Parts: sequence; C-alpha cells; structure tokens
Amino acid sequence: MARRETPEINAGSMADIAFLLLIFFLVTTTMNVDSGVSKKLSEKPPADYVPPIIKEKNIFEVNINRNNELLVEGERMDIKDLQEAAITFIDNGGGEGKIEKGVATGPCTYCKGERSEKSSDHPNKAIISVQSDRLTEYGMYLAVQDQLLRAYRELRNRLSMEKYKTPFPELEEAYKKDKQNESLKKKVEDIKISYPQIISDAEPTN
Amino acid sequence: MSKFRKKKKGMPAVNTAALPDIVFMLLFFFMVTTTMRETDLKIDNPRLPSASEVKKLEHKSLVSTIYIGKAKDLKYGSSFNRIQLNDKISTADEVPAFIINARSKVSEAEVPFMTTSIKADKESSVGTIIDIRLKLRDVNALKISYSASKTAD
Repeated sequence: MARRETPEINAGSMADIAFLLLIFFLVTTTMNVDSGVSKKLSEKPPADYVPPIIKEKNIFEVNINRNNELLVEGERMDIKDLQEAAITFIDNGGGEGKIEKGVATGPCTYCKGERSEKSSDHPNKAIISVQSDRLTEYGMYLAVQDQLLRAYRELRNRLSMEKYKTPFPELEEAYKKDKQNESLKKKVEDIKISYPQIISDAEPTN
Repeated sequence: MSKFRKKKKGMPAVNTAALPDIVFMLLFFFMVTTTMRETDLKIDNPRLPSASEVKKLEHKSLVSTIYIGKAKDLKYGSSFNRIQLNDKISTADEVPAFIINARSKVSEAEVPFMTTSIKADKESSVGTIIDIRLKLRDVNALKISYSASKTAD
C-alpha cells in the first residue's frame, strides 16, 4: 500500500511575494547622483600681495544684503533681471582687451553689446564681484551665482553657435568623450577664453 | 498501484521551485548594493537649494562632503549653521584636519582632483560657508562644489 504523503506547502506564490519585495526596493531606492555648482577657489595670496588696480567700469558689483535683497551697481534689482544685466555688462566690449603673455587681445570682435564707454572693456577684463552679508541666506547666494553662470553659459553658447554651429554644452560633451581630439580641444578652449568666468567673492560685510 | 500509475500520465509541469531562490537572490543583491548613506546624519537632512547650472560630481571616492544645517540634537540649538564632518558636529576650525585626513586616503597623484562638496541647507548663512571656504583655501583644497538640485530652465 502506498504510504500517505505529507501534504506539501504550496510554494507557488513565494515567487510573487519575492517579486513584490524586489519591485518595492527597486522603486524606493533612488541612486541619488550628487550634483552641484562647481567652483574653483583662488589660491591664498602671499602676504605681500598687492591687488592690481582695476578700473571701476570693469567691475560689476553685486551686493546681497542680510534681507536677501539685491543691489546691482548701486541699484536695487530683482533676481530675475540679474542674468540680463550681467550679459549686458560682460558683452559690452567698449575697449581693448587685456594683454595676455605680451599679446594684446585688442577690441572684442564677437561682442554684441552697446560698446558703451561706461561699461566693461572686454569680456576678459570684466569682473563680477559678489559681496554678501554674513547673514545672507545660502539659498539666495547660490541663486545669484547660478544666474551669473547662466549669463556666461548664454554668451558662450551664442558664440559657439556662431563659430562652430554647435551648442557649447554639446561641444564640451564631445570633448569629454574624446580627450585626444585636438581640434575639439581648441574649440572648447577658444570659447572658454573668449568668455572667461571671472566671478570673485568679496569679503563679506558683517 | 494501478491507480497511481494513471495519475502520472500527461505533461510534466516545469519545476518552478527554484524561482523564489533566484528572485530572492536578486532582491538581496539590490538590498546590499544600494547603500542608503555612507554617514549618519547628525543634522536634519539639508534642504538643498536649486540651481540650473549644476554639474554632476564624478569620482565619488575623491569627494569629501561637508554638511551644514540644523542639528538634530537640540543641545546644539536651532540655528541652521551647524557643521558636520564625518559623523560628528564640528566647527570650521576642524575643516583642515578633515581635509588632510581625507587626503591621506587617496594616492598622491589624485590629490589635485579632490573635490569638497558642501551640502548646506538653503537657510544656512553665507558667513558659515565663507568660514569654511577660508579654511579650505588654507589647506589648498580649491575645488569645491555647492551641492544643489537641478531645476529646469
């Protein structure tokens, strides 16, 4: 006579349960990619360092006070207008560029600004100085930095489209993938030198 | 006996008994590999500001993170300017030691590529950030990244 078998536990739905758990973990764990506004600090100046004299018109002054209000070139401004104002300043091109390694860069040929006497001479001379209060909120500070970087991106992008018919981010991306490509490197460097990002952080007010 | 033999007829079913094992293995793999966070946060998870000009941080092993925000522990007060290095609340004065310690973990050649990521709450004050920045400059850690979430244009 056949022996009666012990009834087996039905494990058929085990897979379903496991799948459910698996999908739950897949969905909930977000692999957060760290991203941020990158910035390079200037090196510590030597003790006997004398700052160069810069013409007032080549400095674009941005002040943020402790109430997170913006003062641009002595006038109150809304954050949404900052990008526009920065572009106007950088792209003015009212005079000669700076002398680099003994070679004068001459007037800005690619600038589309008003070439006003009162604003910056050349993008490579245009300095944006951000001064904030110690009690300014970090969020506001970063928003200002962001707007200024956007201004530069816009200008670089415009120049890149004009010269090489490709948007600047694409150009950079292509170079990143192919570091050996000399012509790409030259293009990227050219755009970067044409509109160098000169954003300085002034000593904060108390 | 003859009754039993009758039952065995027909297509044998595919054995799916090993399926749960396979799925569990996948499950464990995902559970183990997705690390939630490397360090315990002693401050409230910073509400990152948002920006559009963000760049992805590459080479995770070369990034040292400084957190700034409100301490979870009430004995540190409720200001948003507490600094967390590694897994304890510190002051800006301890930043150089933190950086030098992080440097000792990577090879000499990689030191120039090290980045300091500052994860600060949007209500933190700029003064705290500037203090840290000055300390970073003292130890020549010049590459920094202000952590921010990306916004659409």
